[in-house]
Amino acid sequence: MALIELRKLARIYTTGDTEFAALRDVDLSIDRGEFVAISGASGSGKSTLMNILGCLDSPTRGSYFLGDRDVAKLSRIELARVRNEFIGFVFQNFNLLSRTTAAENVELPLIYARVPPAERHRRSKEALERVGLGHRAGHTPSQLSGGQQQRVAIARALVTQPPMILADEPTGNLDSATSIEIMRLLTELQRSGITIVFVTHEPDIAAYAARKIQVKDGSIISDERQTPLLAEAS
Amino acid sequence: MIPVGETLRLAARALRRNKLRSFLTTLGIIIGVGAVIFIQSIGEGAKSRVRAQIESAGTNIVMLFSGASQGPGGRGGAGSQPTITWEDLRAIQTELPSVRAVAPQINSNQPVISETNTWNTQITGTTPDYFVIRNWPVAAGALFTASDQASAAKNAVIGQTAAENLFGPGVDPIGQIVRIRDAPFTIVGVLERKGQNAMGTDQDDGLYIPLSAFQTRMQRGLGKFVPGRISVSAVSPEAIPRVRQEISELLRERHRLGPDNEDDFSTSSMAEMTSMLTSTQDTMTLLLTAIAVVSLVVGGIGVMNIMLVSVTERTREIGIRMAVGAQPADIMTQFLVEALVLSAIGGALGVLFGVGLGQLIAPKFGWIMVTKTQVVVVALAVSAGVGVVFGLYPAKKASQLDPIEALRYE
Repeated sequence: MALIELRKLARIYTTGDTEFAALRDVDLSIDRGEFVAISGASGSGKSTLMNILGCLDSPTRGSYFLGDRDVAKLSRIELARVRNEFIGFVFQNFNLLSRTTAAENVELPLIYARVPPAERHRRSKEALERVGLGHRAGHTPSQLSGGQQQRVAIARALVTQPPMILADEPTGNLDSATSIEIMRLLTELQRSGITIVFVTHEPDIAAYAARKIQVKDGSIISDERQTPLLAEAS
Repeated sequence: MIPVGETLRLAARALRRNKLRSFLTTLGIIIGVGAVIFIQSIGEGAKSRVRAQIESAGTNIVMLFSGASQGPGGRGGAGSQPTITWEDLRAIQTELPSVRAVAPQINSNQPVISETNTWNTQITGTTPDYFVIRNWPVAAGALFTASDQASAAKNAVIGQTAAENLFGPGVDPIGQIVRIRDAPFTIVGVLERKGQNAMGTDQDDGLYIPLSAFQTRMQRGLGKFVPGRISVSAVSPEAIPRVRQEISELLRERHRLGPDNEDDFSTSSMAEMTSMLTSTQDTMTLLLTAIAVVSLVVGGIGVMNIMLVSVTERTREIGIRMAVGAQPADIMTQFLVEALVLSAIGGALGVLFGVGLGQLIAPKFGWIMVTKTQVVVVALAVSAGVGVVFGLYPAKKASQLDPIEALRYE
């Protein structure tokens, strides 16, 4: 069954009398467990698409089914709940709280999920261990390298056990060696059953995905399956 | 809503990060609350002193004067037109159920001569009941008696200030002879120390002799009318209005005053005196408190200002929190609690500041500090209220941020 189902989805920005369609009549279906790369030039509408997929923004028209419910018409409060429960975010610039330890950063979504402290600590520890940073739990972002910070961000995305992780240029601020590490980690997570959708403009990063979608002028111009770079040895 | 403990922890951490800024922000609240506490405490202290002084004059007292009615303040020409007779006095004493005791008194400032000194002091001619009414026992010796009054005996009871000035410190005044207008009086008792009265007069600087002796020695002969003013004590504080009513009815009847005639006497009570003196205190305190409250509001504006700065500075943090699932109400609570904690801490420090300032300053000016619990509670509640009111707008603003724009904020 499809995890994500976009039907005739449009996002139009209105400034005074002029309308600008960032997305026009997009149809897209992503199944549970897929590994999808979205690419496109800047201004192509890929960021708008990510924001809508991430329930940070609502479409002007059309419907967005996440699981079995239409999230296109949800209120701000309901959207916050959906983000908390169903979506893990990974950003280009990590977006960790500064002067806050890795463990506490990872716990953040659990606070808003009203998880009691003891369980929060346990789950944050598990998530950090899963990304290989169990020994850095007490460090603040400024004491961590870029790659480590992005791992903390991934742990934070994982900790609520969402069905899907959305990553916006996850390797954009990292050197190529670290980028490979991060893409390996995302591949591992995808193999464990999590749906991963990421935006990138770099072809060699998009190559890690099993499906490549290209966006241009607010429309999907290509949608291809490919063999992922780290294909499982059969 | 996320748990209270969680928001408090978050607020404490955010405020600790900018210790100096947090302190400077609360300074407005500290000064405001401190000023309120200080002024209220000093005002309350002044009031309690006035009350204590008035009560030291004797409780349950109604003053009765000859002549037309007047306010409790001044009285011109007292005793110049005496209208109350000794029979009236006896009637008041025996016929009125709410009256406990009656004592006329007449004063005159006279030089008093001892063997060693001459001292100008107030001579009061009165009856033994006077000391009952004023609740004033002797520290040594005895009071003059009813038979002293009947025989116009030249016995005197002396206050401690007068005694020290006449005989020198450490000398036992009992048995000493003093001369007043060439008449020798024997000191039979020394009164307990009473201190200043509401007007600031030293009540211990005086000499008390039987009224009859006063009249024969200083006025040459007894009259039909009672000279001076008359202290009447009621059986209880609640009986005071009843006493005044009963005296009025009795005297009007005895003086045969028709419905068209005005009273030829007047009464006033200590309660009137107390409320008059304390009400000026209250007005003053209220005025100063209003000024202090204004500074508290200014402090609140300071809180609002810094909360707005804080919201702007932490736009990205707000965006991150929203992205991972914080609801608008969560963000709102976070900033509101922060403002609340800020001003509540300010309020608590302000209470300490106000009380401390009072302890430091009050003794230097001879003021008394009386800090009432209600005032502290109200001051704390108001400062917390200021936090909520002035924190509301910044918190609302934070909660309404668009998560996408907040995340993009540099």
